[in-house]
Parts: sequence; structure tokens; C-alpha cells
Amino acid sequence: MHVLRPLYVVLALAVIMLIARSFWVPNDFGTHEQGYTYGWYRQSNVEEWKNFTVKYRGKEFCGTCHAGQAQKLASAHHKDIECENCHGPALFHPADPLKLVLDRSRELCLRCHTSLFYPTSQRSQIKGINPDQHNLGLECTLCHKPHEASKPGRRNR
Amino acid sequence: MNRRDFIKLAMKGTAVVVLAKGLDGIFRPSDVQALATPLRFVFLVDTYKCIGCGFCVKACKLENEIPFDADVSRTWVERYVVTSEGEVFADTPKEARNGFITGQIDLGRGKFKDIPREKIKKAFFVPKLCNQCEKPSCVQVCPVGATYQNADGVVLVDRKWCIGCGYCIMACPYGMRFFHPVHHVADKCNFCYHRINHGLRPACVQACPTGARQIGNIKDHGDPVENIIRTQQVAVHKPEYGTNPQVYYIGLGEEVR
Repeated sequence: MHVLRPLYVVLALAVIMLIARSFWVPNDFGTHEQGYTYGWYRQSNVEEWKNFTVKYRGKEFCGTCHAGQAQKLASAHHKDIECENCHGPALFHPADPLKLVLDRSRELCLRCHTSLFYPTSQRSQIKGINPDQHNLGLECTLCHKPHEASKPGRRNR
Repeated sequence: MNRRDFIKLAMKGTAVVVLAKGLDGIFRPSDVQALATPLRFVFLVDTYKCIGCGFCVKACKLENEIPFDADVSRTWVERYVVTSEGEVFADTPKEARNGFITGQIDLGRGKFKDIPREKIKKAFFVPKLCNQCEKPSCVQVCPVGATYQNADGVVLVDRKWCIGCGYCIMACPYGMRFFHPVHHVADKCNFCYHRINHGLRPACVQACPTGARQIGNIKDHGDPVENIIRTQQVAVHKPEYGTNPQVYYIGLGEEVR
């Protein structure tokens, strides 16, 4: 019956689509623990995210080789600051990168030490300066030693 | 209607309701089984402790390979300044990846505003990141199953599966999602899934010098973060959306949008 021909075409397309789908869609794609609404996904992607490369290794990692510096910092006012915040992410150092790039800019120190009078924030309790008036154009490390900032505002040299 | 017809109708009606309930169970097995997972990651932010240094944003961008100079970020810090006249100013210059190194408020389009010290009634910083909602609207709208919620509560994006349609970016009430300029897929904070699964803290938590950011497991009664959420006054962003966000804030002001 010629009137049924379009129906056969549609059915054939549906079958082709289903076959193609079985090749294209991986076996681990489907509904998982969280149900259809929130848990319809490709399971192996979870492992892919878990294997993403870690770049920030933490100060314990730094301390395994740079024990002296780590010890010095541990008793300083800056003890809560991670090495990598200023020295950059360690990644696979010392293999890759061979040397870390230290940020010595005024702007790095000013992240915390621009004086901001914010009554409901802990920021106002940090010793700060006005960057437009305080020794313009000079690097902070000329006078201040970040690893030995034992007392706030103290000049070390 | 006689008695016989009434009973027939009632039985049919019952059958339909039972069937509908059963089908609902097939599509949402988690609701029926009420899975007791021993792990559910939550985040705690203390806005009093945040000093706006922006080390969290810097660490996040470098850790998660988000182009540093692009105006997109998985996390950012907002500054709110309320004047004695009740005016509210808020800014987040470059998502605060370089911190807040000036008292001037960035009004956008190259305009800045100086607020004299004596006029500031209150001012504070609010770190923002993905809320890993219990009912994530971004996941519901994904047409291809590229974004999903794990049993541990973290919402992930499958970069191979995402077609970049952007529905999820529009569906998030918190504006946490963005289009990744390199991979050309949707991207968002995932609590540094590669770190928290290997015993490390998220990059932002580790980089924070004041402890304003913390991560914990709300199913663990010995967890310090769970303890704070259970025993102290905490709030979440925009609870009216019904997404049940899982990033809790201490000192969340009403000015925060």
C-alpha cells in the first residue's frame, strides 16, 4: 500500500538512528545515582575531572626542600600566607618549572596592605599604607622583608 | 451515577494515581531509595574574615586553567560599601584577581568613586563561588546530559559532551557559569574536584590567608564546618529560588546581590 510508504521510511530512519546511537553513545552514559533529573551523564567524566593536574602543592611540599625558608616563615607575621601565593604555583617544580617566577611588585603587597577603613571587615585591622603617598615607585622589599615580617610595620633593614 | 459506576470510577482513579507514582519512582530513584551517602561537600565563607586580597581568585584561575586576563572566573570577590546616607556601592574589579588595592569603587566604564572614610557606615568583602545546589537548575536545563550532580553533591561539566548551547549559563540564578574562552564549553567552579578527591583542599581555600574560605562534609558530625553550620547563624544566597545552595555564609549582608 503506497500510503504506508512514508511510515516505512520513518521507521527505517528510527532504526538507523538507534543503531547509530549504540555506536556513538558510550556504554557508561545514562541515568546514575542522582536519578534522571540530576544524574543523567557519562560516568567516566568523573574520573577525568579527578585526574586534572594539581598546580598548587601547598607549603608542606615547599618545605620538604626549602626547610630553612619554611621555618623562617613559620615564626613570622606572614606565616598564614602560602609560599605559592607570591612565588607562583609549584606544579612539578623542580623538574617543571625549573624556577618559579616570584612576584615582587608593589601591587602584590598592596593586596593586603593598602589601608582600607572597612569597619565590618578584618581588612581594617591590617597595618596598611596609602600607596599614592608611601615611597612612590619603590619596591616594598627594599625596606621590608616578607619572610621576617615579625612585627607589623617594622623596618628590617 | 449509581453505586456500581461510582466504585468503578474510584478504582480507575486509584489505579491512575498509583501508576503515576510508580513512574515517578522510575525517573527519580534517588527520591524513592533515599540514598544515605556518607559524603556531601559543602562550603563555608566567613565575610568578616575576608580581607579582599584576591589570592583565592588568582589561585583558582591558575589551578583550573582559566585564562588569567579573560573577564571570566570560577570564583570572585565582591566589595560592598554602604554610606551613612544608605547608598550601596559594589564592585569586583577584574573579579578581584589582583585584590582590592585602592579605596576607589570601580563604577564601570572607566569611572571610579572615592568615598570619604567618615562616610563609610559598613563595608565588607563577599567571596563568591558555585553553590553546588542540592537542586541545581543548571543541570535540569542541560539538553544533552553534559552537566550533572555527583552523589557527593558536586556539579560537574563534561567538556566532551557539552555542546555550548548556554542554557545552563542563563539558568543559574547566581551567575556562576560562563563560557570557557578556550574549550568553548560551559565552565564553573567544581570545588577543585581533582584536589578534594585526593585529600587536598580547594586551591582558593589553601590560598586564603585568613581562613575566610573552608570546605567540609555536611554528613560528618565531627567535621568543623558541619559543626559551624549546625550551631551558628549561617545564611545562603537567594534561598527564594528553591535551589537549596550548599555554600553557607557567616555575615551575609542584605545588600549582597
